[in-house]
Amino acid sequence: MGRTLAEKVWEQHVVRRADGEPDLLYIDLHLIHEVTSPQAFDGLRLAGRKVRRPDLTIATEDHNVPTVLGPIADPVSKAQVETLRKNAAEFGIRLHPMGDAGQGVVHIIGPQFGLTQPGMTVVCGDSHTSTHGAFGALAFGIGTSEVEHVLATQTLPAYRPKTMAIEVSGALPYGVTAKDLILAIIAKIGTGGGQGHIVEYRGQAIRDLSMEGRMTVCNMSIEAGARAGMIAPDETTFEYLKGRQHAPSGEAWDAAVEYWRSLRTDDDAVFDTVVEIDASTLTPFVTWGTNPGQGAPLSGAVPAPEETSDPAAAQRALEYMDLRAGTPLTEIQVDTVFVGSCTNGRLEDLRAVADVLRGRTVATRTLIVPGSMRVKAEAEAEGLDEVFKAAGAEWREAGCSMCLGMNPDILAPGERSASTSNRNFEGRQGKGGRTHLVSPAVAAATAVTGRLTAPADL
Amino acid sequence: MEAFTTHTGRAVPLRRSNVDTDQIIPAVWLKQVSRTGFERGLFAAWREDPGFVLNDPVYQGASILVAGPDFGTGSSREHAVWALQQYGFRAVIAARFGDIFRNNSTKMGLLPVVLPDATVEALQAAVEADPSAEVTVDLVERQVRWGGESAGFEIDDYTRWRLLSGLDDIGLTLRHADDVAEYENGRQPWLPTTV
Ligand code: SF4
Repeated sequence: MGRTLAEKVWEQHVVRRADGEPDLLYIDLHLIHEVTSPQAFDGLRLAGRKVRRPDLTIATEDHNVPTVLGPIADPVSKAQVETLRKNAAEFGIRLHPMGDAGQGVVHIIGPQFGLTQPGMTVVCGDSHTSTHGAFGALAFGIGTSEVEHVLATQTLPAYRPKTMAIEVSGALPYGVTAKDLILAIIAKIGTGGGQGHIVEYRGQAIRDLSMEGRMTVCNMSIEAGARAGMIAPDETTFEYLKGRQHAPSGEAWDAAVEYWRSLRTDDDAVFDTVVEIDASTLTPFVTWGTNPGQGAPLSGAVPAPEETSDPAAAQRALEYMDLRAGTPLTEIQVDTVFVGSCTNGRLEDLRAVADVLRGRTVATRTLIVPGSMRVKAEAEAEGLDEVFKAAGAEWREAGCSMCLGMNPDILAPGERSASTSNRNFEGRQGKGGRTHLVSPAVAAATAVTGRLTAPADL
Repeated sequence: MEAFTTHTGRAVPLRRSNVDTDQIIPAVWLKQVSRTGFERGLFAAWREDPGFVLNDPVYQGASILVAGPDFGTGSSREHAVWALQQYGFRAVIAARFGDIFRNNSTKMGLLPVVLPDATVEALQAAVEADPSAEVTVDLVERQVRWGGESAGFEIDDYTRWRLLSGLDDIGLTLRHADDVAEYENGRQPWLPTTV
């Protein structure tokens, strides 16, 4: 019987297999940031262990960093970043600190450097490691104990998850983006729908996506509960990788591409679960609740709790969000618009925002935060920053920013945002903050009107 | 890691679904670089509400959390496990768990117990009716027992063995260092390094 993409990559990385034990998997790339690593390095020190492969490890500062120039004001954040610097120096790990041209959100810099490649195993102490699956890599988030395990051994013991195919047929209509697609998928299968599975996104609409769009989709696999998300590599993938700093070149490139072409699910392979979605029926999608599965088409209304699959949770969510059932979503006023994060902080996302903001003025506080210093430089080379500033938006330094409440960019209690990030959990963007997840285009249109808006309605 | 064999204690019902790790411990608490003190951040936002179940005096000292489905979804932060343990929980019972949270728990010796929805609800009802009721989570027998009721749960043999003996994963893996070295020799030459 044929094998799925996930099974092929898994098998390629089994170091050791024994009856009644999890497989021992080799890890090709370990990404590190300041939040989930300090206790892991402490563990190594306590046990007198070294980092086995510093040359397969890379660190960046992202969660705590302020997105305006200057030092970190909060002493606790500062101490955490300094701890990472000390650990990276002591264990010989490459680090991109604040202000460095290679610095950025961990899941943005890996692909940019060409470090994320098809068929690799990639881990990070961060659930959105699933982003890297866009290249046909097997990439998943781990906890701090496992970070320590990978540092010490470059392996992880793991049971192979089940496989799920999400078949997206048809083409996305004009104005409907990768973000709308993944929000619609999560609303359909639920936040637990992918539990215990590696998802492979397949079908015409997926093949039509750019690498950046594919990263947006895979990024939010975890929001559907999946262990990882993957997309088979193709010409789009190779085109993106070619010439990147850490991509193979010359004969090695040809050998790599030949192998990468074999990384597709065999025609006779069988998935444990199959979900089908018709892309051509989709429209801009937003969330109304406090988990990413509580979403609806922007043209719709806030649902009544009893119409949802979990009425008690919906009731609680509506109370927290201060929303009433039946309110058209386009009538929801927001206080802040946030564009950025590892979901939508890449160049294409910023271009989409600029396309809407060009010649217009924002009606509300609008933060535009590039996902990395390189994205920032590229955006500025195209003059996007001028468009943002002319519209009255704030153009910031690279970092996680308002995606989570760990740095100075937070919502005030009760404040409402439209955000291109990935989580609308209670208090995610600051205690008491209320989050609506949206695409970059919808974020930009919302910034112009001050209420949730699709670009087509401007 | 703390070994887990069998534990008897009182249980607290948390009747909410989809309790994500941002609720278990909000991001501001993740700035600490130590491994201790996270109990103060456990459910920090919800604990400000005097009506929140953890604030109910009858559940003080409870060591088993009986939660709604999809507990521990979202972020990979192991701090969520540390917070629960440091607050005094030894086991969490739910119908479904976020995969990473569940994995992190088994690395630390916090036992995640999966029981069917109806069983979890029955257990929640039982400890609501009598908060002093004792609940036993028995990893040896793979069974939860309370007030004359019992329910079996599944956990794979390997994880169970590791929890029963409190073994550190890294030490186990290092015994296979030769296999790792051999694998490394066969890796494809084009694979990238960060140097
Ligand atoms: S941008 Fe947000 S989701 Fe991505 S790594 Fe940073 S905090 Fe996590």
